[in-house]
Amino acid sequence: MSAIEKSGDIGAALPRRKIDFAPALLPFLIALVAAPLIGSTSTFVTLTFASLAMGLMLFTMASGFTLVFGLMDVLNFGHGAFISIGAYMATLVFAPLILWSQAGSLGLNLGVIFLAVAVAAIVCGALGLVFERLLVRPVYGQHLKQILVTTGGLIVVEQLLYALFGPDTIPLALPTALRGAFVIGDAAIEKFRLLAVIVGLVIFAGLSLTLNYTKIGLLIRAGVENREMVEALGYRINRLFLAVFMAGSALAGLGGVLWALYREQVHASVGESLTVLIFIVVITGGLGSIGGCFLGATLVALVANYAGFLAPKIALVSNIALMVAVLLWRPRGLYPAGGR
Amino acid sequence: MSALLTLSGVHTHIGRYHILQGVDLDAPEGKTTMLLGRNGAGKTTTLRTIMGLWRASAGTVTFAGQALAPLATPAIARAGISYVPETMAVFSDLTVRENFILAARDGPLDDARLQWIFGFFPALKKFWLSRAGSLSGGQKQMLSIARAIVEPRRLLLIDEPTKGLAPAIVGGLIECLREIKRAGVAILLVEQNFRVAQEIGDEVRVMDNGRIVHEGPMAALAADGALQNRLLGLSLDAHQ
Repeated sequence: MSAIEKSGDIGAALPRRKIDFAPALLPFLIALVAAPLIGSTSTFVTLTFASLAMGLMLFTMASGFTLVFGLMDVLNFGHGAFISIGAYMATLVFAPLILWSQAGSLGLNLGVIFLAVAVAAIVCGALGLVFERLLVRPVYGQHLKQILVTTGGLIVVEQLLYALFGPDTIPLALPTALRGAFVIGDAAIEKFRLLAVIVGLVIFAGLSLTLNYTKIGLLIRAGVENREMVEALGYRINRLFLAVFMAGSALAGLGGVLWALYREQVHASVGESLTVLIFIVVITGGLGSIGGCFLGATLVALVANYAGFLAPKIALVSNIALMVAVLLWRPRGLYPAGGR
Repeated sequence: MSALLTLSGVHTHIGRYHILQGVDLDAPEGKTTMLLGRNGAGKTTTLRTIMGLWRASAGTVTFAGQALAPLATPAIARAGISYVPETMAVFSDLTVRENFILAARDGPLDDARLQWIFGFFPALKKFWLSRAGSLSGGQKQMLSIARAIVEPRRLLLIDEPTKGLAPAIVGGLIECLREIKRAGVAILLVEQNFRVAQEIGDEVRVMDNGRIVHEGPMAALAADGALQNRLLGLSLDAHQ
């Protein structure tokens, strides 16, 4: 901060940004509506916490997609490939460290997860670089070609995973110390879900702080709005694009590890199956916005879990219904980049 | 005075349209050069071609002895050229302060420089922490120009800065541009308002159909109603 700013003689009279709270209240509103329908307090708490954990895992996987679209205007339908790769990296790390993961020590268990996350993030980040250079860069500005090329990339990666790891689902056991649940009253808070919530919140806080309080973050936000002007100010936005793409891929890989542990199994099509859910999250939250992605993921998870409990037959369409309702209210999503 | 910027035989195509058709133009060091012409003459395309935002298909662009054509836009900006587009292109989701921080790419904001800028544009000081998107059109224009001078640059390319602004604001803007010139910065300024051009221009280049059709001192064009009429379809009397 410069001396002028410290003097307090600056920015004295101003209309501050009005914070739009309405969308942020939606999760609470949905929970309020669902609570009496569910009836049991303990079931409600268990479902809500499970939703929070699922939402934060979805957020981790979707945040890279929304940043890549917002900044680069790239529709990366191959984003799910990095989720699958991340999930397989977990199996590769867990297999030789089975003694660590099956030991009763929380430290050793977390160490295995940390290693898996690190390996997945590094591998997916590096593959993201290759993916961007080979597939995405030639089709900048051409949405139809982006969809075709990146979908092709997803299929190729999926088939490569089948070829390398086989067509069968690979089981992935949770580390010993993360099995089971904390029981509070009659509500069960699964230990791994608690870890997923903590990791998701740390990622959300890290991304939010980076975007709002660092120059890189300012550049990304400015690039989302007007990349040509960012270049005219002297910044090489292509490098920024590449860094964001790699970071987005790494986050997808990290999310893939969490999802694989959450489902306790890995399959080559895990990324593809999550892609539709990620689209719903990103469109509901508003393209290009981390806050919107966080809110969208939370809403999607809440609606999926509550609907799955209350009316399993409509659970399959509940997220589509949520997205349609949100878009009817806010056609650009709840918190799109650049405001409404 | 030597030319800081020189365009020789520059052609620019946008899609299948041939917009610049052999532009020969120079902007002298430390002077304000007005780029005038009817709508569609190629003025904005000229500025965008200099910045590398549209690539020249033929010809050379030289800035301070350095060929710009092979350079990408960021490298052109780093050579010492600032660009203020017609759309202003302020980052509306960022605060005024954050817009300044991005423009100051070489380091933290300089207090003396900030005070100098606030002298021209006190509104920016007042709205320092406001979102740029909440500023009025005139304030956005001020921010756009301030962003271009937040660090010393050798050449400013400014596209129609007075478009849509109230006369009172235009007066302040003219004074600001004069002060920037006094600081030794060369300006290449696209302007539709002939009175503004007359007040701040040292030199003038007139474009038509993608070419420069007239060049010389601004004062000479301002004094020659017939020439204005022929080149721009107006005379100062008619404009007044």
